[in-house]
Amino acid sequence: MKSFVFVVTSFVLLAASAPLLAHHGNAAYDAAKEVTVMGVVTEWIVANPHSLLKFDVTDDKGNVVHWIVESGAASVNQARGVRLTKNLLKPGDKVTVTMMVAKNGQPVGRIHQLVLPDGRLMVNDLP
Amino acid sequence: MQNFLARAMIMVPVLMLSSFARAQAPPQSSGTKEHKGLPPICQGEANRFNCASAKVEGTKDEPAVDSWGRPVAPPAQGQKSAPAPRHDISGTWQVDGADEFGFRIIGVFGAGSMPSDGYPEHEPPYTKEGLEAYHRNKPVFGMTAVPAAQTNDPLDKFCDPPGFPRDDLHRLDSVELLQTPQQVVVLYPRDKHWRVIWADGRELPKDPDPTWDGYSIGKWVDDTTFVVQTNGTDERTWLDNAGRPHSDALRVEERFHRVDHDHMQLTVTLDDPKMYTKPWVALDKQALKLMPPDFSLNETRCSPSELANYDSLVSSPIVK
Repeated sequence: MKSFVFVVTSFVLLAASAPLLAHHGNAAYDAAKEVTVMGVVTEWIVANPHSLLKFDVTDDKGNVVHWIVESGAASVNQARGVRLTKNLLKPGDKVTVTMMVAKNGQPVGRIHQLVLPDGRLMVNDLP
Repeated sequence: MQNFLARAMIMVPVLMLSSFARAQAPPQSSGTKEHKGLPPICQGEANRFNCASAKVEGTKDEPAVDSWGRPVAPPAQGQKSAPAPRHDISGTWQVDGADEFGFRIIGVFGAGSMPSDGYPEHEPPYTKEGLEAYHRNKPVFGMTAVPAAQTNDPLDKFCDPPGFPRDDLHRLDSVELLQTPQQVVVLYPRDKHWRVIWADGRELPKDPDPTWDGYSIGKWVDDTTFVVQTNGTDERTWLDNAGRPHSDALRVEERFHRVDHDHMQLTVTLDDPKMYTKPWVALDKQALKLMPPDFSLNETRCSPSELANYDSLVSSPIVK
């Protein structure tokens, strides 16, 4: 689980020095490498212990990769002024996701930064 | 027989003496060294995300909200807190400040004062049995962390209750304390459970049947300090997020010291002679602040079906 910081105005993905930690640790992820992709939301699941975001990324040749990335549980973000709500994302929304990805190459990741359709930037930075 | 008696006559005082010596040994505490920079667990490219020490430039926190989404009034600046009321620790208390990793939630890498972060002085004083038990545990945090799909943490693998004292030592955030003349009741947001501390003068059970949260009694040692003793905890539970073990011999002391009206310090000392050579301090004067009376605690539940979903979609695919 982790918190999100909303940056209401910023649309810039900032230096990748921001902290990140999840309920289940990050031993299976490659923390030395970050990946940023743009995609289209297919499902947003607010859940314990992790909320899950499913989104599709289409490359130049039309190949589609179905990504699933974990975020924080709704309960731990409030001290930073953020609530992970069911209305935060919906299928069809365009998002930019910066994430730490699985070491084994599966399209699975842990969100580090997420640009919402309205331009808000969410940053994962609490366990 | 005579030989046996002679040995026993020698051994009894020796054992008494050693037990006395153990009881007199000061608890191990981490508070002696000042470190500069990041703990080892945060160092290096592969570990850079383990700590929250780096802020994202340009970000700012929105005003805090509670679980109803209602804004939480910030504490009044420059206003001195009223004195602590006598024999009263009731209210909702939240961790005040951040730990060495930059987290406001305390105990991510293990017990708040003794995190599994690579500093040798943060390793508890294991007995041989204790060290073996620690190495059997496969946590997802700390220096011995494994991927989530390979953990045997009863909490992360099965949604088992954290049990006591992991209630206090695992990701401590906020708790609500209710008081009656006979009880102090602790409301934990995690799995929305409560724990009763009896303050009616009873003694701890002598040979308790273990329960997840054990048996707790408390008494006021002065006007503002409530000291709680607990035994009878379930040895299947872990002490903390880093997989520190305990046995059925565990005794826990919690010291709630209300510094003034708005502030409290919580110290938790563990004594488990089977697993540790001497008592150790797991939370050392952890600062807590009083939240407004209308503050609503989070819901933090471990849902077995959601955990199973997470495991099948995330944990398992990334270790194959």
